[in-house]
Amino acid sequence: MSPASEGTAARPGLGALGSVGDAVRRLAGTTSGPVFIVLIVVFIACVLAVAIDKDSSTSEFLSVDNVRDMLVRSVALGIVAAGQTLVILGASLDLSVGWVVGLGSILAAETMDGQDSRIVLGILVVLLFGAGVGLVNGLVITKLRVNAFIATLGMALILRGYVEANYAGPVTGVPESFQELGFESWGPIPISVVLLVAVVAGAWFLLRYSRFGNRLYAVGGDEDVAKLSGVRTHRVIIGAHVLCAVAAAITGLFIASRLGAGSPTIAIEGGYDLESIAAVVLGGTYLLGGRGGVLGTLAGVFILALLDSTFNQLQVDAFLKDVARGVIIIAAVAAYSVRWTRKRREEAQAATGQTPGPEPAVEGAGAR
Amino acid sequence: MSVADDKLDTQAPQPGAESPPLIEMRGIGKEFLGVRVLDDVSLDCAAGEVHAIVGENGAGKSTLMKILCGAYRPSEGEIRIGGEPVEFHHPLDGQRAGVAIIYQEFNLLPDRTVAENIFLGREPRRGVLIDRGLMEERSAELLNELAPDDPMSPRELVGNLAVARQQTVEIAKALSLDSKVMVMDEPTAALAGHEVERLFAQVHRLKERGLAVFYISHRLKEVFEIAERITVLKDGKLVQTVRSNEVTSPQLVRLMVGRELDQYFPPRAAPGTRGPVRLKLRGARNDLLSKIDLDVHTGEIVGVAGLQGSGRTELARAIFGADPFQDGKLELDGEERRISSPRAAVAAGIGFVTEDRKAEGLALSQSIRDNVSLAWRGLRRSLRREHALEVGTLVKAVELRFRGLGQEVRFLSGGNQQKVVLAKWLATEPRLVIFDEPTRGIDVGAKAGIHDLIRGLANEGVAVVMISSELPEVIGMSDRIVVMRQGAIAGELDAGPSEADIMFLATGERDVASASPAPPPVEGSG
Repeated sequence: MSPASEGTAARPGLGALGSVGDAVRRLAGTTSGPVFIVLIVVFIACVLAVAIDKDSSTSEFLSVDNVRDMLVRSVALGIVAAGQTLVILGASLDLSVGWVVGLGSILAAETMDGQDSRIVLGILVVLLFGAGVGLVNGLVITKLRVNAFIATLGMALILRGYVEANYAGPVTGVPESFQELGFESWGPIPISVVLLVAVVAGAWFLLRYSRFGNRLYAVGGDEDVAKLSGVRTHRVIIGAHVLCAVAAAITGLFIASRLGAGSPTIAIEGGYDLESIAAVVLGGTYLLGGRGGVLGTLAGVFILALLDSTFNQLQVDAFLKDVARGVIIIAAVAAYSVRWTRKRREEAQAATGQTPGPEPAVEGAGAR
Repeated sequence: MSVADDKLDTQAPQPGAESPPLIEMRGIGKEFLGVRVLDDVSLDCAAGEVHAIVGENGAGKSTLMKILCGAYRPSEGEIRIGGEPVEFHHPLDGQRAGVAIIYQEFNLLPDRTVAENIFLGREPRRGVLIDRGLMEERSAELLNELAPDDPMSPRELVGNLAVARQQTVEIAKALSLDSKVMVMDEPTAALAGHEVERLFAQVHRLKERGLAVFYISHRLKEVFEIAERITVLKDGKLVQTVRSNEVTSPQLVRLMVGRELDQYFPPRAAPGTRGPVRLKLRGARNDLLSKIDLDVHTGEIVGVAGLQGSGRTELARAIFGADPFQDGKLELDGEERRISSPRAAVAAGIGFVTEDRKAEGLALSQSIRDNVSLAWRGLRRSLRREHALEVGTLVKAVELRFRGLGQEVRFLSGGNQQKVVLAKWLATEPRLVIFDEPTRGIDVGAKAGIHDLIRGLANEGVAVVMISSELPEVIGMSDRIVVMRQGAIAGELDAGPSEADIMFLATGERDVASASPAPPPVEGSG
């Protein structure tokens, strides 16, 4: 095939195939596009792996039950990662989300105290708790100029110390009716999946159609440019941290409902802090801010869930599982990075027209 | 030749704006840490006027404009807009008062769309949501007004646009702020020839809209084409403001450079003492440099002059392998070499004293000993003791003043820091040393010491290339001077040329160099 097939001109007889290729190429051109390609590739690879393996059945792997199960297991990480996307877009980071989830679930159980009438109060308390943690994180990062990594790591330690000093085991008190959130379905769709979709859709809408979202990209892209354009950058960063911690608190509510109790160990078992960052980065968002989006993050979460499910199905050794996940995360991000650099270079060349050599010295020609 | 002869009649009244000025700067002065960079500068500009500001590097043009837009606060003087005194504490204050500045480095976000960039911080809303339709529509209107024959989509990512179009976006952004005063800092520096015309068309539209435009440039041709009045700054002082149609470019060049040589420099090499060719470049080029032919002999100091962005530093970086040549020939002592990395350059015996010694030349938080042995350690293949470096001898050779070899270099003075950098290169026993602005930010007393060391190096048979923006330094130090312009060598001069000779080559006004300087028309006599 000639190199001209790079072009978009339809080739005779290959029209349909060409347009699919075009669509893929256009998708790959967007920021989060390649993530979905990776998702599809991982999906196909997983199905093939399951198909090849004698002990597992493809139809079982693709069954409604298994897919639903995968989705429900993605809910907790998905909501946390949606929040994490916001802070990372703003060139920040939140390592305290895991303990916000944990203490959030405990606060939910304690406040609801087994009574249906206290459910609303419990939800409010947990959300306020999340907002408070986010506010403190944001203020420490912007006003005290503490690096986000350290500020939120410190917050994580504080929350962890409080939880481990005061709670030895699961905290009961989640009312039966609240547990429906974790288990009930509306038709075939679990309520928890609806919750995940709602949070992601909200974050997407916020990023695309609100001033806050627009400015968050600007602050993450170049804080000086944002400042010189009249953006109050501190407010934007604080806002992102509040939203991120609130998302983690919502996850805490979901965990309380799912487990029927507040869990002092979920922060460590879930590994939400680093896992959410991995999902965000796997989703094509630039770790240094300003580029990416929440839909990519959702795809990143699904990739992780797919791998998990496949490894379980194939009964892969737990250590090997971690190795494989590590390799896939690094490989995907390396691929985005290489692709991005190449694209930028090509565009720069296209933009300058010809070779960027200096213009001929016309002035010298007329020397008398 | 006396400097006074070159000046236009300074007794004549400085021409003011035709109509009452929209913006006035009166008696502006600025000091940085006791160093005076601007002294009693007064300027104004009327609505619909372009006022150019010219001067050598370091004349104070950019500082003045940063004061105007609020990035710096003046030490004295006042700014009036429409007759009202204003005081800016932050660039946003200036922006709100209608002063916009377009820097050489654009303030744009490459990953956001054109419309998002233009309306950043002021996004139009419908209800609580951004009204993307309106935002894009208004962006398209602004862009269409500025560049009607080059339509671009407001949805395009800024990073995908060519530089000239990015500049249009930047101007549109300033217009969307309802700016009354626009400052353009070297707006053509990054543009190709045909793009300059496009920019001028946009400046004309700004004039039609009634903006007052300050235009900073050192390309004199452009200044004559676009500006009504021209102000010459030199060493932080206003030399003169002239009408562009009443002055010729040789006169302007003389206004820019007239200065006395009052500094001491070490004696040059005696004629005939220079050795064989050490560095030889033939047709060397890369993306930033075109066809460089250059010889540097042992024992010789070759000065490299030129305006900012003319390719001086790029040349140094290319020889040193930081941005290597892609084409052409490089010979060292008659042997063809391919220097593709700084490591290869150091191994070949090339040293590079960089312009920004704090960022590129020194590890500030490390000791004198560590810094001096840095480049040498990179080459060392053996860890045996007899190869240990005589740091003490080296720092004595550069006459470093210090308390102990363990002292952090951050606490040394600028001159002594530069001596540490020099000692670092001496440790590698270099054959060729390139100096980029060797005395920038070093006080006058210490400069002479650095100059003596550079000359001493040449006398010991090292080939020296010295880049400098300070014309007296280039003239005083060099055995030969090459002048660069637009990434190429514009000409070569023997030792001891006049500043005007260099400026003529550097600005491309070569044709006027040979013309006999006619007596300048006195302001107002026509």
